[in-house]
Amino acid sequence: MDIADFFDTFFEEAEELLSDMEQHLLELDVDDPDSEQLNAIFRAAHSIKGGAGTFGFTVLQKTTHILENLLDYARKGELTLRADLVDTFLEAKDIMHEQLDAYRSEEEPNQEAFERICQTLQQIALDEIGQQLDGPATPAAEPKAPPPSENSAEAKSNQEKVANSHLLVALLNVAEKDRILLVEELEQLGEVQSQSGDEKRYEVILKSSDSADDIEAVMCFIIEADQIEITSIEGAADTTASTEPAAPAPSAPAPEMKLDKPAAKAAPAKEAAKEKPKKAAAESSSIRVSVDKVDQIINLVGELIITQSMLDQTVSDLEDQSVGNASLQNGMSLLQRNARDLQEAVMSIRMIPMEFVFSRFPRVVRDTAGKLGKEIELITEGKSTELDKSLVERITDPLTHLVRNSLDHGVEMPDVREAIGKPRIGKLTLSARHQGGNILIEVRDDGAGMDRDRLLAKARENGISVSDTMTDEEVFQLIFAPGFSTAKEVTDVSGRGVGMDVVKRNIQSMGGRVEIQSKLGEGTNTRIVLPLTLAILDGMSIKVGGETFILPLSTVLESLQPSKDDMYAMAGDDVVIKVRDEYLPVIAIHEVLNVENAITDPTKSIAVIVQGEGRRYAMLVDELIGQQQVVVKNLEDNYRKVPGISAATILGDGSVALILDITGLHRLSRYKKEAGKKVVNNQNLSSFKEAEPS
Amino acid sequence: MSQAKNGAVLAAEAENREFLVFSLGDEEYAIDILKVQEIRGYENVTRIANAPDFIKGVTNLRGVIVPIVDLRIKFHFDKVEYGGQTVVIVVNVADRVVGIVVDGVSDVMTLTPDQIKPAPEFGVTLSSDFLSGLGSLDDRMLVLVDIDKLLTSDEMALVESTSNQ
Repeated sequence: MDIADFFDTFFEEAEELLSDMEQHLLELDVDDPDSEQLNAIFRAAHSIKGGAGTFGFTVLQKTTHILENLLDYARKGELTLRADLVDTFLEAKDIMHEQLDAYRSEEEPNQEAFERICQTLQQIALDEIGQQLDGPATPAAEPKAPPPSENSAEAKSNQEKVANSHLLVALLNVAEKDRILLVEELEQLGEVQSQSGDEKRYEVILKSSDSADDIEAVMCFIIEADQIEITSIEGAADTTASTEPAAPAPSAPAPEMKLDKPAAKAAPAKEAAKEKPKKAAAESSSIRVSVDKVDQIINLVGELIITQSMLDQTVSDLEDQSVGNASLQNGMSLLQRNARDLQEAVMSIRMIPMEFVFSRFPRVVRDTAGKLGKEIELITEGKSTELDKSLVERITDPLTHLVRNSLDHGVEMPDVREAIGKPRIGKLTLSARHQGGNILIEVRDDGAGMDRDRLLAKARENGISVSDTMTDEEVFQLIFAPGFSTAKEVTDVSGRGVGMDVVKRNIQSMGGRVEIQSKLGEGTNTRIVLPLTLAILDGMSIKVGGETFILPLSTVLESLQPSKDDMYAMAGDDVVIKVRDEYLPVIAIHEVLNVENAITDPTKSIAVIVQGEGRRYAMLVDELIGQQQVVVKNLEDNYRKVPGISAATILGDGSVALILDITGLHRLSRYKKEAGKKVVNNQNLSSFKEAEPS
Repeated sequence: MSQAKNGAVLAAEAENREFLVFSLGDEEYAIDILKVQEIRGYENVTRIANAPDFIKGVTNLRGVIVPIVDLRIKFHFDKVEYGGQTVVIVVNVADRVVGIVVDGVSDVMTLTPDQIKPAPEFGVTLSSDFLSGLGSLDDRMLVLVDIDKLLTSDEMALVESTSNQ
């Protein structure tokens, strides 16, 4: 086995540990720190250090090492935490993340940042505890911190005992290559006094200041937890040390806690030790799977559903010919139910909770608010709302932008807020919830709200055509126009007017939309409405000529039978239809898509009123077939973009149906009409571009 | 067998190439067998509006949407019929899956390098750019098509051409 195989595992684990660390740091109450949390932060740093050392990422290892030492003081109560120290720790975490990214892309991390953060951290150690930390040049094998000052003599002796404890580390069923690595690793952690054994069981006697848990945490980057057995050799006789795990060592913090206040904590520590197996079981109940594999399963299940529909069709044909068989039919309906359940279950694999997005915002809000000198309380609602993974990844950036924008333009400065009778601390709420087949994500603030008049004035200044009769909603949408910003001055955070249009574009490309509700002086609510998944679409199947097409159901408003009186010709070719006092452009699908044998008389066809990009159209089709969920298949994978078509899907009979793109069809129809009476040849059309201004 | 001799045989074999031979009308064409994914019948093709006439549409190949190109129309054959013998060769080119309609598939041939002759400059319909040569096999002549180049070319309109974007 090659050690490089473990790199990815390390990167993923380290990333999780870093985000855990950040979360704990943010939640930490500096006045009354929770020792469990401090331990968790310390453990995260320690595990990263161990892994980084194993894989030879020295810069990361050294940074983590210094941070770990400081954290060690903090958890022992020798370093009093302050908000600015937490900030520095967060900064260190960021730098570690950068270093991690650098190693991942096989680059050397930024040396300057590394030196700077090491210096800052060492300065803290010097200032706060008068301790000179060992420099970054001597990793891992440092002497442990002195015993806590408030400790009793008993605790002190105990501490020393552990500090010098001899541990018997047994490696079970570990191949020789790995074993050599592990022994090297152990040498870093302490003094290896003897080693012997074979592949089945290899025993190392280690004199180390690190606890059994710490050692195991490091080893676990290479081998499984159940391949290690760590036994304390001399501590077993001691009463307080009896909670030291004598059997396979668990990987949580209990023994460390015990070191702080042995007498008082002995009982809880035991309890914690008992709880551990449960926790371990919970952790192993999830597995990492690559998205490709999941997508492959989704595809296969889609195929299965199609095959099942085909069989179903055959069975019902048989029934029509009265050669049906009751047990065959029972089997079919069972198969149908199972297949649907399977599809649902498989689709749910792709769904992940919004917590993955929301969890980064405490940090964003803290940093942004700090930069702006504002005080903000962040509230998140609906963390467990689930969303398709691909959407989760794509929603993060637009959401970050909206949050920053809200903090910058929305929430007022604390003094201003006080002056107008609002609480000093501004409130920012992030919420997510399901609404029909959509997910609704809101960014709400209780800030100044949007000033309609100022927006209009600014729009005029920027040469955007506006009128005073525009609805509030329309005026608020102006902020999404390119280059539009009402911020009085450009700040670090926002005000350049780039971004909001990108936000809107990104959300639209996910099939979603943004709405803004705002009240001057009371706050703004930005709502993002997204489909739950991109892989499945609620569609309306229609027929034109002999061909079946799918209209996205979300675009369909209504359908009606057009009468001659409601249709008006305009400037020759164009036709509009009057629907409840509104004139809508008519798009005859058979004309735009050259369908043969379609109904050409509009009064005999059906008009489907659809909405796309805020405009309404009437589409003439021959027949409505019905509503169905379809699996969206990309046309561009093997072919190319087709004007008027957004994607394809596979119908129950195994044939392909195209999914119509409303605005694309309208553009195509305009293009064709502009090309006029001259014969539009196919080559010409295939070079017709979607982006062509209509 | 000595090592040197062994090596020589391997080298010779490495230069031999296998081709799938198919017919368009009365002519015989061949493509590199390694490009071929599978061969299937012509059925259930969904038309794509406003596409060139030789692009018959798309079909469902076990959940993958695959465009179908009729080489007979592309090469301006007079007789284009779809029947039981009509076959679609599914090929893998440039990370894409494309089906090509032909009149029939006959066999797989191994050609040695000296059996492959350079293609002369000819034809407007099938530029010699898209040929990797002519294969001569006894009294048969195989037109060796460079299917990669042909299907990714601008005139096939199968891929988004870079100049268009």
